[in-house]
Amino acid sequence: MQKTPLNQIHRDLGARMVDFGGWDMPVQYAGVIEEHLAVRQAAGLFDVSHMGEVEVTGTNALAYIQLLTVNDAAKLVDGQVQYSAFCYPEGGIVDDVTLYRFSDTRFMFCVNAANIDKDFAWMQQVLADSSLSDVTLVNRSEEFAQIALQGPESEKILACLTDLPLAELTYYHFCVGEVDGLEMIVSRTGYTGEDGFELYLPSAAAVDIWQELMAAGRPLGLQPIGLGARDTLRLEKGYALYGHELSREISPLEAGLAWITKLDKNDFVGKAALVAQKADGVSRRRVGLIMLERGIPREEYPVFLGDNQVGIVTSGTMSPSLKVGIALALVAPEAAKSDTELEIVVRNRRMKAKVARPPFVE
Amino acid sequence: MEFPEELKYTEEHEWVMVEEDLAVIGITDFAQDALGDVVFVELPEVGTSVEAGKAFGVVESVKAVSDVYAPLTGTIEEINDDLIDAPEIINTSPYEDGWMVKIRMAEAKDADELMDAEAYQALIAEES
Repeated sequence: MQKTPLNQIHRDLGARMVDFGGWDMPVQYAGVIEEHLAVRQAAGLFDVSHMGEVEVTGTNALAYIQLLTVNDAAKLVDGQVQYSAFCYPEGGIVDDVTLYRFSDTRFMFCVNAANIDKDFAWMQQVLADSSLSDVTLVNRSEEFAQIALQGPESEKILACLTDLPLAELTYYHFCVGEVDGLEMIVSRTGYTGEDGFELYLPSAAAVDIWQELMAAGRPLGLQPIGLGARDTLRLEKGYALYGHELSREISPLEAGLAWITKLDKNDFVGKAALVAQKADGVSRRRVGLIMLERGIPREEYPVFLGDNQVGIVTSGTMSPSLKVGIALALVAPEAAKSDTELEIVVRNRRMKAKVARPPFVE
Repeated sequence: MEFPEELKYTEEHEWVMVEEDLAVIGITDFAQDALGDVVFVELPEVGTSVEAGKAFGVVESVKAVSDVYAPLTGTIEEINDDLIDAPEIINTSPYEDGWMVKIRMAEAKDADELMDAEAYQALIAEES
């Protein structure tokens, strides 16, 4: 298994480790529920160094990115971040990504850990198939460690270690500057729905920066957070996870990502298929579900409307904040209206749930 | 990690407290620790017949669903209702307040076949 630079720290903290897509990662330290609530109420520190970073540079960098992605990258200004996706020609999703614009000739993608090699090969293929010259792709995943600091106390904690004007750094923007004397990318983004930062820094400095952040943050309630709570946090906000809500078989229009799919943009990979799908109407849509009975919806549990199966759960859990079962599911359009009562098959029993538009927790 | 001496144990990490022909069942400290935060417990109805080695209920953590296996054959005499609203009791008190069911055993001497604390501890050590 691959290890991040912070692997020994997790073990020293007594983390329960798990194989996540080939990476030896902490699933929990104190416990999933305690960690989840710490992020909602104070702050949490996440090792997300397994994620990938790919740099795109050159005079035609923007034109290439417009071809590669579904969102409109031309809208970005320097220092801005955009949530986007790569699609296959048939319209399914290669990966969901965040895109960073440093200048009109320098960009960076952050991609999912399990998809790094696939995404990089895909990017190279799209570039080769295009007629674009002067575009350079560099997979910088191994150079970067990534640490996420999330929760209402995040800005206070990070301010202990930097003079960067954090109060002026708005959501989905980033800057490059010194934190604890080390230059790094500071991005006001995250996967928890709370205020927070994602820090991209040299791998060799990860241990020091983690320790400094923990020391500064402990008095404010900062805790280390594992992948278990990372999942419950994103699920409460209705954020998609590749391999669950997103896959090669699911299009962004089906997955609730129409808002990042700009069909009036120039041609991009998958555009024709998506335009056709929009014209025909999607045959299934992503919804949020809240249990009306005691039970926990889990991925792959069938969803019924009356006697007919209308869909399937793609992610589910017991919400630590709400103490009720919540899920994301793909269902037929007729079952997708808010407040529709559906049934989820939990083991052998049908349990009532209703359609609720995420986020489940504001 | 606790292994109360007066209890019997199974390979599936359940504990059994025998009171004549009544067996009180729960999951062990090792099991609750491995599961993490318990968020849901599904127990059979009183009067249900259970068979040794077959699943009779479910314990769910945030991430996973785990079957609980009947260590003995018999009938469910009582279930712990407290676990419905407070499943986390299994984490905080697995051997006492976290008991799950009481089984009226078909054969009281079946309990003799179960592991004692020492044997269970050895099993855990082997698995680690």
